[in-house]
Amino acid sequence: MTTAASQQATAIRQHVEDFLYAEAALLDAWRLDDWLQLFDEDAKYEVPCNDAPDGDPARDLMLIDDNYTRLSARVARLNSRHAHREFPHSRTNHQVFNVRVDLLGSDVSVTASFTVWRFRAGRSSCYVGRYRYRLRQSDGGFRIASKRAELDMTDLHSVAEVAIIL
Amino acid sequence: MTTSTVTAHMPVVDDDLAAQRFRVHRSAMTSPRIHAAEIERIFAKSWLYVGHESEIPDPGDFVRRPVGGRPVFMVRGVQTGNVNVFHNTCTHRGALVCRQDSGNSKVFQCFYHAWTFDSEGQLKGVPDRDAYAGGVNFDELGLKRVERVESYRGFVFASFDPDIVDLPTYLADAKDYIDLVIDGCGGSVEIVRGTNQYSFAANWKLLVENSIDGYHAESTHDTYFKYLVSIGTDLRGGVSGRAVDLGNGHAVIEYSSPWGRPVAKWEPLFGEDARTEIDRLRGDLDARHGEQRAHTMAEVNRNMLIYPNLIINDIMAVTVRTFYPPAPDTVDVTAWELAPANELPALRQRRLDSFLTFLGPGGFATPDDVEALESCQQGFASGGVVWNDISRGMGRSPKANDEEQMRAFWRRWQQQMGAAADRSGVQ
Repeated sequence: MTTAASQQATAIRQHVEDFLYAEAALLDAWRLDDWLQLFDEDAKYEVPCNDAPDGDPARDLMLIDDNYTRLSARVARLNSRHAHREFPHSRTNHQVFNVRVDLLGSDVSVTASFTVWRFRAGRSSCYVGRYRYRLRQSDGGFRIASKRAELDMTDLHSVAEVAIIL
Repeated sequence: MTTSTVTAHMPVVDDDLAAQRFRVHRSAMTSPRIHAAEIERIFAKSWLYVGHESEIPDPGDFVRRPVGGRPVFMVRGVQTGNVNVFHNTCTHRGALVCRQDSGNSKVFQCFYHAWTFDSEGQLKGVPDRDAYAGGVNFDELGLKRVERVESYRGFVFASFDPDIVDLPTYLADAKDYIDLVIDGCGGSVEIVRGTNQYSFAANWKLLVENSIDGYHAESTHDTYFKYLVSIGTDLRGGVSGRAVDLGNGHAVIEYSSPWGRPVAKWEPLFGEDARTEIDRLRGDLDARHGEQRAHTMAEVNRNMLIYPNLIINDIMAVTVRTFYPPAPDTVDVTAWELAPANELPALRQRRLDSFLTFLGPGGFATPDDVEALESCQQGFASGGVVWNDISRGMGRSPKANDEEQMRAFWRRWQQQMGAAADRSGVQ
């Protein structure tokens, strides 16, 4: 890699990291309407099953396979007082690291590690895995075209379910 | 059926037909003594679901998983083509011989001392066999089969009780409802890749009740119904139907609902271009099974309990769910999606989509059920109130949002538990 290209990649990675930290902050603050604004209207949000992290939502059972409509409904649900598992809300701490970026034309393909800590009613649980994003560059920032959270835990025994957004 | 010879003086299940009141003492959900008795009297004495034959289509295919809390594995024998279910333990010194969740293998080798077994369980290899004197008969040291293994329409069950009745007798009237699910799917089904495995802090019998509970749907799952409305579903028909006691503790609720069914009731979620295909599927069912049975297959939902711990819910998609209690206040759940074999990709996509709106640990409903059941378990600890009331719908022809299906479970549970479920002095 030439120095110039390497500097460009580093600069993009820093921008991507800032974007991911900002996203995590919105989730931790339960500002879900603002979080939803980060997504394009053809975006996907996916969480594969623990035993099929390479799961394809067209063929395999997923834990979550939201298009924008269902993602909006997920946000509306979590904002309401009737998502009983999340009323009152958990405290969460979304942590993002080991960020790597790949340029694909004007899009950026991102992989990163995550831990999401969740605390509620005296109990703690922790989700660990890998994010895969497809980000679109627009107006000097990014829009999310897809977000996928692949879990490293072999099952959900320690966390019960995935009512929160990872 | 195996029944306890000694009945309880003060049964935990208070079934008062004269007063039309049915109550369950909350110690059934909290007592370590009752929990220990359940492991011996129920989980060791019932037919328990192991898996589906479609998970191991080829010789040597295997899956391993706990059944009744015990590690076992199911493998299709290379010589016979039969489904074998073995205790997952080396006959030498005990180590697991199958240490992958799934795969294909002609042999299962214990890594500890390299004893090797074939897919039919025979002991084929023992390093340094000459070191053994004549007293050891290696022919008797094959893998130990689980005492009884039978399948019905591809659903493989095992029992640790050598004297249990045969599976068709055990399943009683539940067979007809399994038939409806499978025949509605065109006669041949498969488990979709991807497993839901989760746990929560509540007694397992609360999940039995919840899985076949029509009464809680509107209140607990308000956000799901709001979502249906937002995508254009007409809720006016509501949920209506009946509960049926299927014998031997099995039960079902069958009911019409506002949501769509991949076979074969259209809804807005499926999109306009799906109408033709769903009409065609419905036409096929009409032609093959007659209009009345086709109507039942296509438009009627079924939440079915196969006693004690298998749920087959044929609703907006078909889910197969089994569970086990490692402790009185903990339940481990494993759930799969069942679908027609060789389903067209577009139909499969819609089915998967339909499943996820409601079902699974990331769905719009299951997390709230988990919250409800944990909340009940926490409420029991408060004391003061010692009974749960399960009387809804007694004295009338039971509806799908009554509780007759739960009473069918509890009656069989009390019968099987006998004197071990006595509330005098239970802690």
